[in-house]
Amino acid sequence: MDAVFVGHPEVAARFPDLHPALDARAAVVEANRCLNCFDAPCMSACPTHIDVPRFIKKIASGNVTGSARTILEANVLGASCSRVCPVEVLCEGSCVMHGRGEKPIEIGRLQRLATETFYAAGGKLTLRQREERDEKVVCIGAGPASLACAAELRQLGLQVTVIDKRPLPGGLNTYGVAEYKLRAADSLREAEMIRGLGVKFETRNVDASGMALLEREFDAVFLGVGLGAMHRLSADGETSAAVLDALEFIEGYKTKARIQVAPRVVVVGAGNTAVDAACAAKRLGAEKVTILYRRQRGNISAFDFEYEHALKEGVEFLWEAVPVKLQEGENGIALTCLTVTQDQAGLLTKVEGSEFTLECDVVIPAIGQSPLAELLTRVEGVTMERGRVAVDRATGQTTNPKYFAGGDCVNGGREVVDAVADGKRAALGIASWLGTRTEVHVG
Amino acid sequence: MADLTTNFAGGIKCPNPFWLASAPPTNCGEQIMRAFDAGWGGAVWKTIGEPITNVSSRYSSVDWAGQRMMGFNNIELISDRPIEVNLREIEEVKKRYPKHAVIASLMVESKRETWHDIVKRAEGAGADGLELNFGCPHGMSERGMGSAVGQVPEYAQMITEWVKEAARTPVLVKLTPNITDIRIVARAAKRAGADGLSAINTINSITGVDLDTFEPRPKVDGKSSHGGYCGPAVKPIALNMVQQVNSDYVDGPPIPMSGIGGVGTWRDAAEFILMGCGTVQVCTAAMHYGYRIVEDMIDGLSNWMDEKGFATIEDFRGKSLPRITEWKHLNLNYRIVAQIDEALCIGCQLCHIACWDGAHQCIHLDRVTGPVDGHVEVHAKPREGGRERIVTTPIPKLDPPKSDVGPYATSLDRIPRVDETECVGCNLCSLVCPVDQCITMVERPTGLAAETWAERTAAVECVPPQVAG
Repeated sequence: MDAVFVGHPEVAARFPDLHPALDARAAVVEANRCLNCFDAPCMSACPTHIDVPRFIKKIASGNVTGSARTILEANVLGASCSRVCPVEVLCEGSCVMHGRGEKPIEIGRLQRLATETFYAAGGKLTLRQREERDEKVVCIGAGPASLACAAELRQLGLQVTVIDKRPLPGGLNTYGVAEYKLRAADSLREAEMIRGLGVKFETRNVDASGMALLEREFDAVFLGVGLGAMHRLSADGETSAAVLDALEFIEGYKTKARIQVAPRVVVVGAGNTAVDAACAAKRLGAEKVTILYRRQRGNISAFDFEYEHALKEGVEFLWEAVPVKLQEGENGIALTCLTVTQDQAGLLTKVEGSEFTLECDVVIPAIGQSPLAELLTRVEGVTMERGRVAVDRATGQTTNPKYFAGGDCVNGGREVVDAVADGKRAALGIASWLGTRTEVHVG
Repeated sequence: MADLTTNFAGGIKCPNPFWLASAPPTNCGEQIMRAFDAGWGGAVWKTIGEPITNVSSRYSSVDWAGQRMMGFNNIELISDRPIEVNLREIEEVKKRYPKHAVIASLMVESKRETWHDIVKRAEGAGADGLELNFGCPHGMSERGMGSAVGQVPEYAQMITEWVKEAARTPVLVKLTPNITDIRIVARAAKRAGADGLSAINTINSITGVDLDTFEPRPKVDGKSSHGGYCGPAVKPIALNMVQQVNSDYVDGPPIPMSGIGGVGTWRDAAEFILMGCGTVQVCTAAMHYGYRIVEDMIDGLSNWMDEKGFATIEDFRGKSLPRITEWKHLNLNYRIVAQIDEALCIGCQLCHIACWDGAHQCIHLDRVTGPVDGHVEVHAKPREGGRERIVTTPIPKLDPPKSDVGPYATSLDRIPRVDETECVGCNLCSLVCPVDQCITMVERPTGLAAETWAERTAAVECVPPQVAG
């Protein structure tokens, strides 16, 4: 996993920061506004429990190095989380300032200032004082869960290898986050920091038989494989070349210089990824971008602020409709849709005879990823529940004690910070399990 | 509409009690006329004496929590302009602003004739009063002037007597706080027949050190020198010293006081007047924001006086002095406890940790687990439960919003609880609470008659002398 990445200049120009960075002076003013709560609600709300008041007060005191270390100690991907976290529903959402009728402290932007200042000054992750241990752990997947798990395992002295099928590390942080939130280059820098802790990275695809080999070679396996392919539309003609899944589309412009987009785009689905794809299509030059969703505004899984953002970018929404057929013609695609009604229990019914047609050039499904069931169900002893790997929440251990898991493959697809928290807990679980096991063997 | 006109120290008349202190804002006539246009009632001219040479730089400050100039420090000396220029400008200002007070601050070498001479010249120029600068703590004191005089009561008395021999206008003695007991020099001034006092001058200070070069501030070619500290930070020190002097009846009753030290708003001014001052003097706030600040000082003070029913400054001057007493005369049987308004609490828990680490361990986080009153003998550090929970990002579709615990806007587990059996009524929690009126101190009558330490020790003769900690 040593590929060199060079971003496309056009992408940099079209996807400038959504939220501008705080400058150092403004950061001190904002940091001084923080009340420094005890056992702060923002810290509780953060899945990685970053000690928010502590890092903020270090900014106020001019100790930005200590501030960044406080963040990175709790969350090794603190820089990317500062950009991609939905802070409105996490730390900033729980800020006590709301209770005073005031704007919450801008925790995300302060965190970004601390981590970016630290990295810009050449700051590196440092290893805690500890003994090296012999046990070897492999993390499958190089996304946030595995990176966090690997970093924490190194902090505990274990030997770690991260394997991913893609050439660049970082998983969705590198390939799947809207560029105006997080640049691929920033995600890669974070992975490099973790490499600097002594984590080995390999690029190769691991299938079920490969998994069996790894299980013999390593003392423990962490599954941070994320999710699989995008769900299918179940519409006639969806194999058309004009259908491009949202993650492929985002990956294409971010890392493969695919920056051409047809003028009329329909995105199917109304989650956060759908918003990312729709906004990206707009920024890459699409004239008309429509999000098609089978339910109503109140049912979308995108956060409210993402929905508002999509409106601001000029994305249109079409509610209560599903695509049923794609037909390629001279003027692009005729996308036949049906109106859908929803009853009180949330059950959907297609309305017979309600067909209408949307003219477009490309259809982007963003209706959720399916689990990597094929791979995961073939790992012996690992149980799946509703498409997710079943784990003990506190340790990440699966029903096969040698396997631990975290991130999207466990939680069904949440945020980067959730994956980091999972990875960190799993690392502690692994180190503890291996420690106990060693004692048992010796004894 | 309240009447702010003031007649100070037996004859210094001005439209309001707000004076600019002797300092850079009163360096020249042009400035003082602009200040009078802005609304200032009087100005104490930047100290006049044999012109000095200043250094650069001259000022430094202490910023606090993002606020500039909480404290301010200077190493500037007295006027660097010839005496005759200053006097000519005094004359000009008085001609154009006859109703405003111009006080000449004076500092010359300790010779009777020299003092007689400068007094006559200043009064000849039309000064409404004289202020003797016995307070400047830097530079001039090394030359036997300023606080070098103010720190030796005999010198202060001698020079004040010389001045009084020649003066026809009121003579104010400006006191230095850089002394163990400010009343000693105030008494010397009284004995010498001074008409009034000004206090306090600046406090000896080193405001800070540059952590890259190790030079203290302000820097003068790699070195620094102690300066005079002023600004909002010094107000409590000034109020205390002013009160001490204004309540002192040794060597005669208190004489008129012009209060100085951290005055920047009408509230500060009202406090100094309640502490017995007839006028107040302002420097740092005017250096920070300009002369325009006086508009709200006048407006705010007069609105407050209207609300309180005070027609003149004299109506409330000194009203707080009887309320200051020695500790031994405070009522030991008066008891208050903290009360938290749950509906206002925002759950920051600053009161809890402040009480726990800084006071008497009586504010608990046990509303959900069940209240336990009583003394905490040996206790683990306060529990930070937030780190122990497994938390995920709520997804609107999957995770219904959490129903908070309890009937208040803030979840009950975050609202601290006061154990009244242990609360000593120290105020700390109400001071750290960031929400106005959320924590109030309420009286819990003890049913006991008021009793002071003095009374208790007088009543029980066998009690050995004790010093409160």
